[in-house]
Amino acid sequence: MIVTVKELDRAVIRFSGDSGDGMQLTGTLFSTLSAVFGNEISTFPDYPAEIRAPQGTLSGVSGYQVHIGNKVYTPGDKADVLVAMNPAALKVNVKNIKKDTVVLIDVDAFDENGLKKALYKTLDPIEELKLGSVQIVSVPISTLVKESLADSGMGNKDILRSKNMFALGLICWLFNKPIEEAMHLLNRKFGKKPTILEANIKVLTDGFNYGHNIHASVSTYNIQPTEMPKGIYTDVKGNEATAWGLIAAAQQAGLQLFLGSYPITPASEILQELSARKDLGVITVQAEDEIAGVCTAIGASFAGNLAATSTSGPGLALKAEGINLAVMAELPLVIVDVQRGGPSTGLPTKTEQSDLLQALYGRNGESPLVVLAASTPSNCFDFAYTASKLALEHMTPVILLTDGFLANGSSAWRLPDLSQYPAIHPPFVHKEMQDKWAPYLRNEEGSRYWAVPGMEGFAHRVGGLEKDSRTGAISTDPANHQLMTDLRQQKIDNIAKVIPPLQLSGDSQADLLVVGWGGTYGHLYSAVQQFNEQGSQAALAHFNYINPLPANTEEVLNKFKKIVVCELNSGQFASYLRSKLKLKGEVLQYNKVQGQPFTVEELIQHFTAIL
Amino acid sequence: MQTSYTINDFKSDQYVRWCPGCGNHAVLNSIQKAMSEIGISPDNTAVISGIGCSSRLPYYVNTYGFHTIHGRASAIATGVKVANPKLAVWQITGDGDCLAIGGNHFIHTVRRNIDINLVQMNNGMYGLTKGQYAPTSKRGFVSKSSPYGTVEDPFNAADLCFGAGGQFFARIMDVDLKNSQEVMKLAAKHQGCSVVEALVNCIIFNDGTHKDVSAKDVREDHTIFLRHGERMIFGKDRNKGLIVDGFKLKVVKIGENGITENDILIHDAKCQDKTLHFKLGHMRAPEFPLALGIIRDAEAPVYDQDVYAQLEEVKPKHNFKSLNDFFMSLETWEIK
Repeated sequence: MIVTVKELDRAVIRFSGDSGDGMQLTGTLFSTLSAVFGNEISTFPDYPAEIRAPQGTLSGVSGYQVHIGNKVYTPGDKADVLVAMNPAALKVNVKNIKKDTVVLIDVDAFDENGLKKALYKTLDPIEELKLGSVQIVSVPISTLVKESLADSGMGNKDILRSKNMFALGLICWLFNKPIEEAMHLLNRKFGKKPTILEANIKVLTDGFNYGHNIHASVSTYNIQPTEMPKGIYTDVKGNEATAWGLIAAAQQAGLQLFLGSYPITPASEILQELSARKDLGVITVQAEDEIAGVCTAIGASFAGNLAATSTSGPGLALKAEGINLAVMAELPLVIVDVQRGGPSTGLPTKTEQSDLLQALYGRNGESPLVVLAASTPSNCFDFAYTASKLALEHMTPVILLTDGFLANGSSAWRLPDLSQYPAIHPPFVHKEMQDKWAPYLRNEEGSRYWAVPGMEGFAHRVGGLEKDSRTGAISTDPANHQLMTDLRQQKIDNIAKVIPPLQLSGDSQADLLVVGWGGTYGHLYSAVQQFNEQGSQAALAHFNYINPLPANTEEVLNKFKKIVVCELNSGQFASYLRSKLKLKGEVLQYNKVQGQPFTVEELIQHFTAIL
Repeated sequence: MQTSYTINDFKSDQYVRWCPGCGNHAVLNSIQKAMSEIGISPDNTAVISGIGCSSRLPYYVNTYGFHTIHGRASAIATGVKVANPKLAVWQITGDGDCLAIGGNHFIHTVRRNIDINLVQMNNGMYGLTKGQYAPTSKRGFVSKSSPYGTVEDPFNAADLCFGAGGQFFARIMDVDLKNSQEVMKLAAKHQGCSVVEALVNCIIFNDGTHKDVSAKDVREDHTIFLRHGERMIFGKDRNKGLIVDGFKLKVVKIGENGITENDILIHDAKCQDKTLHFKLGHMRAPEFPLALGIIRDAEAPVYDQDVYAQLEEVKPKHNFKSLNDFFMSLETWEIK
């Protein structure tokens, strides 16, 4: 058999197996080494909430999807190549493959016992799942790994833990990626455990050679590197980027960074990463609950730190009263909500955009604050930075919405040049103003000045009770309450003047405007691009600034006859836009609440149906 | 720089709005007195409170103050202290604020041993919401929300504090200003979380709630003021004392059944083993005298100090000077 090399623009590879099979690691290694060779990458882990569901069962399947190539904005809809380490993984992923997908299976796992655990009715999974058209590559991975490590002195169980490396070796062969980079990455990861490192490298190499020697597939693939801007790159997950963005802002503002938080999926990595960054002077307190998470942060803010708390939807609900204290006391605070499926405990490991209205309105009283949303794993860095800047300079809590898709997804990221980021100047009191200062004296932007304990001559009291606008003493005066309510609103509204205007991509002369916000950017952008390439016309307006909205929002949206607001909830942003703006065009919605991101395919189908 | 202060340096210009005769006035005085005696300026002092009558206190001291939300003052005070350990941080709270809605934060603040001075005023019910029972109300307590009496037992703040691993616990009474001032100063000096339970009278909704121990005619027989290193002797005639009998404490009379002063226990507040402290904190009149003064004052690692000690330990490991240094330690590749 002659193996041909096919040139591709991009490809989607999905690694799947038991949640103990190491698929997340395999996927991460493959995406990183692809990025090192100049491919754009986007990844998406899809894992169960159970840490170790019973082996071989459908509920225990863990997946990791990698999209590599050029013009890659999403982890891809369906896989071009599927790695299925057991029958359950194959069954679960039938919906994620195409007619001609290359399916690589560990045929050793497809015995009667394995099929039974995955609830197959017959002994012929290919027939049963109607996979006649796909290209099945059956490799006895378990047997080959046992042979590969027969002389290693390791036990059977430990030997089989390296199965994932065999699969990685095969995939590297299939995509013509030299395995030296994978070895380098393994060295970084397992450098301190030489036995494991050696075993992994041996199996990886054997997997690669196996593919090469037996020509496991009719063709291999080559994806040319993309022209990317010069610079030093790393791959980054949304939660890491968020954590680093907070550190960058603290560094730029010359303040200590304080995180008060409580573990919650899918936000815990922010707490973990910042706790590891004690080496950069970050202070973290893992509090006793979500409420104490936000309250320790409020205390740190009162004491003059850049203070943040990280959580997901259920935690945001618990923090509401604390956030409101920061609204009333006008203290800077960054609240990161990594959204997940709700309501209640909902779908902890799955993505959704259904906390928007909670972020905007989920507090007692008139309680305006800033709401931002990141839209790619890497720009979580920029928006964590911006959230901190706005909080510090305008003395307000800022809620930054990300989601499970961004938090765990990764993309290649050019390391930022922090000297190019805007300076951060909190409105600290200064000595000369001592005589005319009062706790709620405001600057031109409507922000009160920040007097921090330890500053001589500025001792004062703040709190959750309404205060007199001039003296800062407790006040229940009706006119004063109206005034303070208006001033707090005005302060937030004023921020519209300092945020960038809304920009369009796609065809700005089109009749149809696609509107989205936050983590759906990659899918909406790809869908509008492909839609336009197919000869249709649409534009995209994607929002990162939710409250306040960019000043030109109404003007931009009213250029279009039809607007379709696409979001992973039942229409929260659409109803927000309707309530805030006088929209002339027809406002349609496309909503999905399945715990999964959009697919580009379904979006294009929907746009086509609308026109 | 000013290094000595008087009580007036810590009085604010705000009119104190507690009811005339409220026990909180006396506690405020002993706090201000203690603040003036520990040598930390008002500008370096932060007073954090929750919600309730007692939590109005920050407005009455001329320091940085934060009157926060119900039950959360412990968590907020923790944030203040950890963010800036140079500050003297006081938490002012009540029995409802601290032991009901704030119970979780209270035990964890005690457990972590944050270096704050936590003054909990206990009037046995809710005053600011006008007279409902609290987790400190005695079983059967009749109030607006328990018109037929409660069917639940109260918390004892000392039990809760010691159960959570507390290293400093003291109890004072509003009617005993001199001793309160002495205790408050030592509480302020203690490194770590010092919990001071102040038994205060609510003249409007719960007048006389502590009278079984605070009334002049019974006070000396129904309370014992504990001092480290002194014998546990009490009573109007100073002839009663505490001894250990098996696993129990026992009240004895000096001069009866061959008991001499030398048989009476000597109070060791600094002892690491808290078994006896627990028993002392648990005593209730009339069977036992209620323990006042500092029951426990032991040394232990302090959270906020250890947070910074760890920072200093970790920083040299990588020697990152900036975020960029950290970035360069990641797996990176260059596009030229």
